Amino acid sequence: MKNKTGKVHEPLFHIVKRSALPFWKSWLFRILSLLAALVVCGIVIVTVTAENPLAMYKTMFEGAFGTARRRWSLLQDMAMLLCISLAVTPAFKMKFWNIGAEGQVLIGGLATAACMILFGEKLSPAVLYPLMAVTSILAGALWAVIPAVFKAKWNTNETLFTLMMNYIAIQLLSYFSYVWSNPKGSGKIGIINASSGAGWLPYIGNNKYLFNILVVLALTVFMYIYLKYSKHGYELSVVGESENTAKYIGINVKKVIIRTMLLSGAICGIAGLLLVAGANHTVSSNAADGRGFTAIMVSWLAKFNPAYMILTSLLLVFFDKGATEISTAFSLNDSFSEIISGIIIFFIIGSEFFINYEIKFREKEGAHVKAQKPAAPGPEIASESGKDGDSK
Amino acid sequence: MSVPAIELRSITKTFGRITANKNINLTVNRGEILSILGENGSGKTTLMNMICGIYFPDHGQIFIDGKEVVIRSPRDSFEYGIGMIHQHFKLVDVFSAAENIILGMENSGRYNLKKSVEQIKKISDQYGFDIDPNKKIYEMSVSEKQTVEIIKVLYRGADILILDEPTAVLTPQETEKLFNVLRRMKEDGKSIIIITHKLHEVLSISDKVSVLRKGEYIGTLITKETNEEQLTEMMVGKKISLDIDRSEPVNCEDRLVISNLSCSNSDGISVLSDISFTAKSGEILGIAGIAGSGQKELLEAIAGLQKYDSGSIVYNNPKTGNADNLKGKTPLQIRELGVRLSFVPEDRLGMGLVGNMDITDNMMLRSYRKGKSAFLKRSGPRKLAEQVVSDLEVVTPGISTPVRRLSGGNVQKILVGREIAFAPTVFMAAYPVRGLDINSSYLIYNLLNEQKENGVAVIFVGEDLDVLTALCDRIMVLSSGRATGIVDAKTATKEELGRLMTKNSKGGTSDEE
Repeated sequence: MKNKTGKVHEPLFHIVKRSALPFWKSWLFRILSLLAALVVCGIVIVTVTAENPLAMYKTMFEGAFGTARRRWSLLQDMAMLLCISLAVTPAFKMKFWNIGAEGQVLIGGLATAACMILFGEKLSPAVLYPLMAVTSILAGALWAVIPAVFKAKWNTNETLFTLMMNYIAIQLLSYFSYVWSNPKGSGKIGIINASSGAGWLPYIGNNKYLFNILVVLALTVFMYIYLKYSKHGYELSVVGESENTAKYIGINVKKVIIRTMLLSGAICGIAGLLLVAGANHTVSSNAADGRGFTAIMVSWLAKFNPAYMILTSLLLVFFDKGATEISTAFSLNDSFSEIISGIIIFFIIGSEFFINYEIKFREKEGAHVKAQKPAAPGPEIASESGKDGDSK
Repeated sequence: MSVPAIELRSITKTFGRITANKNINLTVNRGEILSILGENGSGKTTLMNMICGIYFPDHGQIFIDGKEVVIRSPRDSFEYGIGMIHQHFKLVDVFSAAENIILGMENSGRYNLKKSVEQIKKISDQYGFDIDPNKKIYEMSVSEKQTVEIIKVLYRGADILILDEPTAVLTPQETEKLFNVLRRMKEDGKSIIIITHKLHEVLSISDKVSVLRKGEYIGTLITKETNEEQLTEMMVGKKISLDIDRSEPVNCEDRLVISNLSCSNSDGISVLSDISFTAKSGEILGIAGIAGSGQKELLEAIAGLQKYDSGSIVYNNPKTGNADNLKGKTPLQIRELGVRLSFVPEDRLGMGLVGNMDITDNMMLRSYRKGKSAFLKRSGPRKLAEQVVSDLEVVTPGISTPVRRLSGGNVQKILVGREIAFAPTVFMAAYPVRGLDINSSYLIYNLLNEQKENGVAVIFVGEDLDVLTALCDRIMVLSSGRATGIVDAKTATKEELGRLMTKNSKGGTSDEE
């Protein structure tokens, strides 16, 4: 503090936004951080369990990819997570914080289950499948559009609203689990149409999950094109980046919000359909299994790019599967596997910080006191603060 | 001679290439009111921000009571008894006045609202404030909020008060009340620095005036020994002749007719009142005024972005010959009427461009709607992007660089280039050369002139009076949301404009002819 020359010590280090790293360098950072995560996990493994970390990583890998069955199960889980991530992406890109994917999926699933239970054995498949698809899509879209309309009309907080819609969906599920419980009084719906298989999505070449995976693949391509090459996708990015610019250019912001949330909810509805009719053949209040929230991470980590989301969803599902496997193989409890995946995800997210920012240490004597506090009317600084506002 | 309460010696602050303050010297004694006078961008606020710890000076020293001090944070400045009342209030809406006042105070004792309320009442009585400590902020008027801000710094024991344009938001009666309070504080031995650009206020309240111009310290005068002419001249400087070609306007037709336009902001405060003017084709109409005099609202009202209470904006369409009233129309509806209106707003990245998108996608903003296809066609915008980059000499790694990575001048060129490519009949630009270097500025002036020669009605909002008088054909001056005059730019002097800019809405300045 006390300084005779009128100069003041710079802080030991300060954080500076980077101007864009080359592509390969940013991936180098990501790979390095993954390796660092594995080292830290290794230390934790050795100190806590005294097991060989390499053996543990091997088990992890086997848990995810070890057998054909595991590989299909991994792909199915990945497809579901990716599907929901695709659904939340347009909303997040528009900076509409839709954390209600969980509820939107559940409602879509419930609608599917309702069709299967009520009409499964009465209608021909040619009518039943389209009916299931339409009702689940409508249900999901409805669940998403309610908060969107309130946001557009009265500027309500979409985060709270979509979150509360989740609880309503969960309660509805519990109620219908009771109404349609099978066997009666069990409080569970059980396998729907177990004998007839009515309303079950088709097996392709005896494979239960392939249909789901193909649908999600098609959705990924669709979403990639929608966001990048369609007028709608362009409009929603403009709204997300700057509402004032959108208004300036004559975009109807309210319309875009509602339209985008309809799409977001519709895809969640499809996820519900695939989960119930394609995989589980039943529905319960935890059918979405927290994927509505994990999907947010998948989407952000991939910077809202559907192609990268294939990678990030694989990564998260892999850790989940692998971690479950090590906890059984080494008879550790579940918490340990969660610690491991937590450490790894922390490092992955942390790497994004180092990709976006640089830490500058204090220069030696004579360093000038400058730019300790940015934000000023100058053009350079103005563009700098613009950067701070963007998504990381 | 007593030791001054606060003294600044050759304070310099730069932001990148821009020097916001250069060798500034100031002295304020106890029981003295100093006015800091200067146009927009003359560095007044930057200077004050250094005194209260928001910025740190690059060079120079600050002395408080004769001792050199280092102010690194707002907390340091509190400790030295400096309190700043910002232009934009920093209050918590749902808290009461008293709660806001004691907020953030570091004291070991327990939170004792009752005692604080008593102390606040004591301060209020001492200086003649009129405030209910238990009233919530959101129920307060602007002037009450300001009172809370002032009490807040007094409560913290400030001896040096800095007020940044305190009267900008006040009515004349409220201003008088504030000045009475300030005089009482002065008698109590407080030192007060007041930033303003209203000359008559400077003359009525201050003991000394320091004038800044374009970041430089021009001088300090004793208020009693000066007058408005001298201050205006110090503030605006001698006329600099700029080499801008100005052709005679040809084929002038009334393009936009604005009559009796009035509008208020979301707080219900009038921002434009009774503005009437005509923008003619083939002519550059300049708009001068202190920042925040209603320029932004006026342009946004024309663009369909700002609702207005009364008045009309009529567009005479040269193609159809129709006179279309634009009142109540959205930007899209205005465009669908066939009005080719280009607008370069003040905040380029906040409105007008999308910082995270590349140059091509920003070019596409104006044109992407064309055609029935659900998909975008990027070939046209890409060509336009390449053309703008080469024509306007934009410095960029490529057309797929996000515009936020470009420097301010290049961002501006992108925006201006796009708006011109739209082939407008009305071209509005707000501060288009702000932050640009000389060459880029001239490039923009030439583009505006080119538009004028093509028969476009150009509306140019500027802050540099030399540029306004050299570039424009007519200049309208705004002061507190009113048009105080429309003058011929060829004959107008800077002093005349300066007077109009600071003219009190009604009644005028003391020496009005």
